[in-house]
Amino acid sequence: MGKTLTIDPITRITGHAKIMIDLDDNGNVAETKIVIPSMRGFEEFCIGRPAEEIPRIVNRICGISSWDNHLASNKAIDKIFGATLPAAGDKLRRLMQHLAWIANKTLHFYFLVAPDYIRPEAESRNVFSIFKSNPELGTKVIKMRQLAAMLVEHFSGKVIHPMAAVPGGFSKPMTESEREEMLKGTEELLEFAKFSMELAKTEMLSKYMDVIEQIGVINTGFLGTITDDGTWEIYDGKLRLMKADGSCEDFSYEQYTDYIAQHIEPWTYSKFCYVKNWGEFGLELDNSTIYRTGALARINVCEKMATPLAQAELEEFRDKFGRPCQYTMLYPYASLIEMLANAEQALALLKDSEITDKDVRVPVEAKAGHGVGCVESVPGTLIHDCETDKDGFITKTNIILGLTHNAAAMNLSLKQAAQTLIKEGNYDQDSINHLEMVVRAYNPSFQD
Amino acid sequence: MALKVVEEWFNACAGCEVSILNIGENLVDLLSELEFVHMPFLIDHKYYGQTGEGTQVEIPEADVAIVSGGVRTEEQKEILQKIREKCKTLVALGTCAINGGIPAMTNMWKREEILNAIYSSLPSEVPAWLDRVYAIDEIAKVDIYIPGCPPHPQNINEAINALLKGETWSLPERSVCDSCPTRREKKASSGTTKRFFENLTFSPEESLDTMRCVMEQGFICLGPVTRAGCRGDSDAPRCIRARVGCRGCFGPIRKGAKPMVDMMSAWSSIGLSPQGVPDRRALLNRFIGAHNNLRPLPKR
Repeated sequence: MGKTLTIDPITRITGHAKIMIDLDDNGNVAETKIVIPSMRGFEEFCIGRPAEEIPRIVNRICGISSWDNHLASNKAIDKIFGATLPAAGDKLRRLMQHLAWIANKTLHFYFLVAPDYIRPEAESRNVFSIFKSNPELGTKVIKMRQLAAMLVEHFSGKVIHPMAAVPGGFSKPMTESEREEMLKGTEELLEFAKFSMELAKTEMLSKYMDVIEQIGVINTGFLGTITDDGTWEIYDGKLRLMKADGSCEDFSYEQYTDYIAQHIEPWTYSKFCYVKNWGEFGLELDNSTIYRTGALARINVCEKMATPLAQAELEEFRDKFGRPCQYTMLYPYASLIEMLANAEQALALLKDSEITDKDVRVPVEAKAGHGVGCVESVPGTLIHDCETDKDGFITKTNIILGLTHNAAAMNLSLKQAAQTLIKEGNYDQDSINHLEMVVRAYNPSFQD
Repeated sequence: MALKVVEEWFNACAGCEVSILNIGENLVDLLSELEFVHMPFLIDHKYYGQTGEGTQVEIPEADVAIVSGGVRTEEQKEILQKIREKCKTLVALGTCAINGGIPAMTNMWKREEILNAIYSSLPSEVPAWLDRVYAIDEIAKVDIYIPGCPPHPQNINEAINALLKGETWSLPERSVCDSCPTRREKKASSGTTKRFFENLTFSPEESLDTMRCVMEQGFICLGPVTRAGCRGDSDAPRCIRARVGCRGCFGPIRKGAKPMVDMMSAWSSIGLSPQGVPDRRALLNRFIGAHNNLRPLPKR
């Protein structure tokens, strides 16, 4: 008789998900699933609300990506209301996003992922044991995550569930003294980003290449945001889909429905995105319609980084792993290349004299319309698609999260890993954790 | 001996858990006195055994359970009941756990209306949704409430420290206005409420006590009917620091308060007509849709 393993919950991720593995009579993997056991219905309860309130509602989709959802939604409403932002309003939004990403990436890398590499024994595989065994590193990590979070909170009021971006711009300008405080803090964060990059090289790349090359590797396309000239970008640009063979197609936010379709399975609340003109959707390992989003995707689709330290790391990455790189376990590493970019770009914004300009918002007025706002969140591209009536009340929404883009790919990575690691009924806590590591690498936010 | 803690999230967003981390440097000291025995966000304890062969949900015994999120599914309800059985003290962390929070806005619709609108074919092999979103005290007895969306790290720190001393904890029953430094003249500058289509009037270089009250400037602020506690030891409530109005994320000032009624009198007391306030029912119950505060209205 075969049996079913229920790994519930997948731990050290954001939100709730479980792994189900059916083993056949010989103890080999027959079927695997990542099940999302609930959803909250944001797309529906936004209907009927005044559009200007939506960025203060959808920020609650995720307490970690709350700035990203807040900004994507603001951009959709900006478009509907026809607002062209003052330069400082645009730059303050970008600055907040970069700093929030540093806090989020620190959380993902050190609190969720690093225990698998630094303290891999089952009984000590968590951040608390890193704090105990290496208090110096522990204190540094707590301090730096807190610094990034509090730079955002002190200036904008809230780092989790923000309200300071508003349709038409930003709710307050930055004063000179606020700029100076942030500049000092961000310089420290840049040093921390460099430190983290080196740590990942010694603790992950040099010790775990065999795992990286074997576990969770699948062959997919990639989706991410770039600027007009192909530079890595997280706040505003165009979308790029790259096929597994490296060929690319770029399109504007409004065109997303020409490319991306969604599929429903009976066993999970999460929907599955796929590229509709790449073939027929399926969850078999060689399905050609699946793509990925998030750090590895952004690093794959861009031509270059905007800043020197991140660019040097991108070049080193491509020398080692090619383009596109399909190693799932390198998501956290790609994410740290981005953290360098976040710190460098935040510093550049803070050194830009326009950042303290008093003109941060254009007044807006209610209108009927349709707007698609996209930004990158750490787990992947966010698409907030809204329609309003003439009084500016929401009549329709479609929200696509990193989770939905990556749902199929995460299931494929899990399947590949389970087939590699579980044979003839042999599995243990360590192999089960390796299945979770594959999922964890994506930095998923299982909150539909 | 360290305090054994179970931490769990339900119909939530992880913001409450990140708020625990936002305690910052004090966290290091606090952690030395806590032993987390179940916390999906940070440690690897599983409901069905570490290799997934169990058939019953297993929750370890603990001194304290900290739970975020409201209750949406049958499965969440079962886990919450099990947590209540195994833990001596139950802490509701955050407004979703206490009042349903933003996701309880679904309570304005029937469950089937929401599901059918989102899925062209309904997932059939998933944990069933309850008829509506519940606050956790509608399912299990709650001992300590730490409100906020998210809660302020300082409040979490104080509550945990109280628990370590065997004491209880609660936020004082004061309003956000009581903790707000803005300048009040007890009369609105105009007669009707404006939507937030332009920024407030203020001087960014000057302290917040020189800025006129948000409501008196004619914009929506739910400070009068919202519990104080979001400012921590800073100079003002969080939204006011961003120069925007409060939306009620800490919930009502006291249990059973009726923000809809109380807000009407707050508006009229400064000569502001509530007529211009759009979407009043959803606005005033945005964070508190559990406890039947929000329910489907008959179709007109």
